[in-house]
Amino acid sequence: MSGKANDANGAAQGGRPAEPGLPTCARERRVATGGIELCVAELGDTARPTVVLLHGYPDSKEVWSEVAHRLKDRFHVVLYDVRGCGRSSAPRPLRGGFTLEKLTDDFLAVVDAVSPTEPVHVVGHDWGSVQGWEFATVRRTEGRIASFTSVSGPSLDHFGHWIRKRMSRPTPRRVAQLLGQGAKSWYVYALHTPLLPELAWRGPLGKRWPRLLELAEKAPGGGYPTSSLADDAAHGAWLYRDNVRARLRRPRTDCYAHVPVQLITPTQDAFLSERLYDELEQWAPRLTRRTLPAKHWVPRTRPDRLADWITEFVDGTEPGMPAREPVATGRYAERFAGQLVLVTGAGSGIGRATAFSFAEAGARVIAVDRDPQSAARTADLARLVGAPQAWAETVDVADEQAMEKLAEKVATAYGTVDVLVNNAGIGMAGSFLETTTEEWRRTLDVNLWGVIHGCRLFGRQMAERGQGGHIVNTASAAAYQPSRALPAYSTSKAAVLMLSECLRAELAGRGIGVTAVCPGFVNTNITGTARFAGADEAEQERIRRRTSRLYGIRNYPPEKVAEAVLRAVVRNQAVVPVTPEARGARLLSRLAPRALRGIARVRPPL
Amino acid sequence: MRAATIGYSSADLRGFREVQQLAYACAESVAARLKPGVTEREAARMQREWLRERGVRDWFHLPFAWFGDRTAFTGFKVPLQFFPTNRKLEPGMPFILDMAPIRGGYTSDIGYSGCLGLNPVHERLLADLRQHRDLILTGVRERRSLREIYEDVERLMTAQGYTNRHRAYPFGVIAHKVDRVPDRRWSPRVLGFGTNALRGLARDALHGHRDGWSPLWSPYRFSDHPPQPGLWAVQPHLGFRGTGAKFEEILVVTDSRDFQESAFWLDDDLPWGSPRASAFERGGVRRRQEEAQAV
Repeated sequence: MSGKANDANGAAQGGRPAEPGLPTCARERRVATGGIELCVAELGDTARPTVVLLHGYPDSKEVWSEVAHRLKDRFHVVLYDVRGCGRSSAPRPLRGGFTLEKLTDDFLAVVDAVSPTEPVHVVGHDWGSVQGWEFATVRRTEGRIASFTSVSGPSLDHFGHWIRKRMSRPTPRRVAQLLGQGAKSWYVYALHTPLLPELAWRGPLGKRWPRLLELAEKAPGGGYPTSSLADDAAHGAWLYRDNVRARLRRPRTDCYAHVPVQLITPTQDAFLSERLYDELEQWAPRLTRRTLPAKHWVPRTRPDRLADWITEFVDGTEPGMPAREPVATGRYAERFAGQLVLVTGAGSGIGRATAFSFAEAGARVIAVDRDPQSAARTADLARLVGAPQAWAETVDVADEQAMEKLAEKVATAYGTVDVLVNNAGIGMAGSFLETTTEEWRRTLDVNLWGVIHGCRLFGRQMAERGQGGHIVNTASAAAYQPSRALPAYSTSKAAVLMLSECLRAELAGRGIGVTAVCPGFVNTNITGTARFAGADEAEQERIRRRTSRLYGIRNYPPEKVAEAVLRAVVRNQAVVPVTPEARGARLLSRLAPRALRGIARVRPPL
Repeated sequence: MRAATIGYSSADLRGFREVQQLAYACAESVAARLKPGVTEREAARMQREWLRERGVRDWFHLPFAWFGDRTAFTGFKVPLQFFPTNRKLEPGMPFILDMAPIRGGYTSDIGYSGCLGLNPVHERLLADLRQHRDLILTGVRERRSLREIYEDVERLMTAQGYTNRHRAYPFGVIAHKVDRVPDRRWSPRVLGFGTNALRGLARDALHGHRDGWSPLWSPYRFSDHPPQPGLWAVQPHLGFRGTGAKFEEILVVTDSRDFQESAFWLDDDLPWGSPRASAFERGGVRRRQEEAQAV
């Protein structure tokens, strides 16, 4: 029995330290309902909007400790152990004691106790989300809930309809979806066997579970899972046994959400297919979608992101707050909304277009450039196209001290960067024999050292936070296409390409992706500022003009490169050649490198 | 006088000015009647009918109307895509009305950018377009090569963070010459362009080819010459992520040696870009700037 008899007076108690994991300022009380007692923890000022965090299986409320900690200054945060879990008592008998109807009774009892007048914002993970869907769709909770954020847990009714639809007209795609989810649900079948799950949890599985979580999910410890795990898991099996078969066989037909719903889908969830939510808009008309490249236990692995999205969503639905129309309309808005993106070389060309694309996807943008005006301009326009916040920073990426200062300032003022785009670069053309050491130095300083500084400083911040992220380095098609015209530039970019691939290997274990983008000939200002070795000023100017015109005729827009950057981050691609010529050269470099060497000998028409 | 140096009398200039004002009046009238659900074809027809009622019988080109991301010519590959479609106007959508009526032999060619309701991006585009108006005038007065001015405009657009969308027009023109057109009773049109006006343009092209200039102001080598005296319909067109804005009005270029007299806008009091407009319509922009300063 997990209910603790020594705490059974049912009265509210304040100031008692809770289980390890939850902050010590948590106030704990016990709420009696339907013959059992629930252990409820509260954080933050009760006058603020109430956010109820519901845990899943086989967890207790401590699964939310990291998120609760981040929310407690903004909201009145309430967590409770579901019946039979943590320090709430279990119903007797267990069979039939875990139906969603009873769980709804529990929820209403808790809500009445913690927020008797105002509706609450519900956030659920896993089975907490399954419950949350029930609360958000049944009539008797209407007026008691203000919003619902669902993380990794479908409504059983929606799931039932989803299966039905795919069974009734099984097209190949639908069959594949059914089989896919069917395979991911193996543990559901296992939990339906009598007694075995209980034995396993109280025996070897319960002992090994924390280690398993750490290995498979990379979920950090810190007071989680709690010592009550074996009991929680054994009791929680009845959640499945009491509800799954009944609901999937006869799903409710009136399961429409009566509140705004935010759906957060981890894309690497081992237990739930993303396809489950395909037609969710029909059940939840006011739906906001968010995706997160993470595994199932996001409350443990991505607390910052989760807390951000919860805060934003709750603020947006709170009555009295000015209704904010979501301005971010970009294709990847569900993935990048609210994320912090830093782009170097954002004052022009590909960097600027990338900053705008992220802004359109609702990201917060830091535009870094050597030129203060163009950086400010980028930040300014980024706000116009949908970035909730955008800042301009003036830094020369080749300057180590300046970059360190920038990294410090970003960390303290804006937070940890989620996506870093090391894009700043300069053009350097002309034969090797005519390139001076000074020109070599400048090229490597900006194109290579700029990227190294960026990766080093911001990559470290990402790694230390331990909540994933992504680094995009702008290499070039010249990284694998040798040419007599661009020896210095190609060398610097080849180094960037290799650096990206090495870094990708190193950071993969920390959930940080690294991408090298190889654009090719793109119509940007790089030709207008490039240096041409061995040419005097007049000749420089003439060649600049000439190349700019040629690039203008090619006219490949930087916006398309920006699109490729966002796509690469979403898909976590390693090397992304963008223009057709860049892709062709990439292919040739692997199939027929001699052909590329032949092309390298051609003197460019300048 | 000004007029003597370009081969147009002051009465001629007045005629051009009146037609241009008429066209802008038409644009304002149609823009005021646009509401959600109106299609591009309907908007084009409204312009055509409004102008026909006021005596317009010939066209340099028939009225165009572009809504939404078509204002930035998103995905335009072939010239046929310029023609009005059945796209419906929605709240917050930008639109551009572009018409070139000829009345009494006087040609005008105007572009009018508007927006149905509030659209901050569009407001910003319009505000930034004003810089191009000054830049072009200064460049022409300095007698720089048209091709260079074109590149300057493009550079300014890039610096502002926008893309050059007049490159999508035939020959990528930022401007073209307009002229008096013989007032014929029969004025057939080819693909929306009036043959009378096209004939004038072709004649200019032929003469210009001999003398080393072109009536089309493009980024190409044939525009690498100082401004040719005459009337130029100038149409810089900005695009920014699916929102486009342009203006089009007539620039008078003379062969006067006086800096101010060598080039001037035919009319400085148009609903776009004029002091009147900045006081009234552009109020939104100023308000926003004031807000920005307050913050």
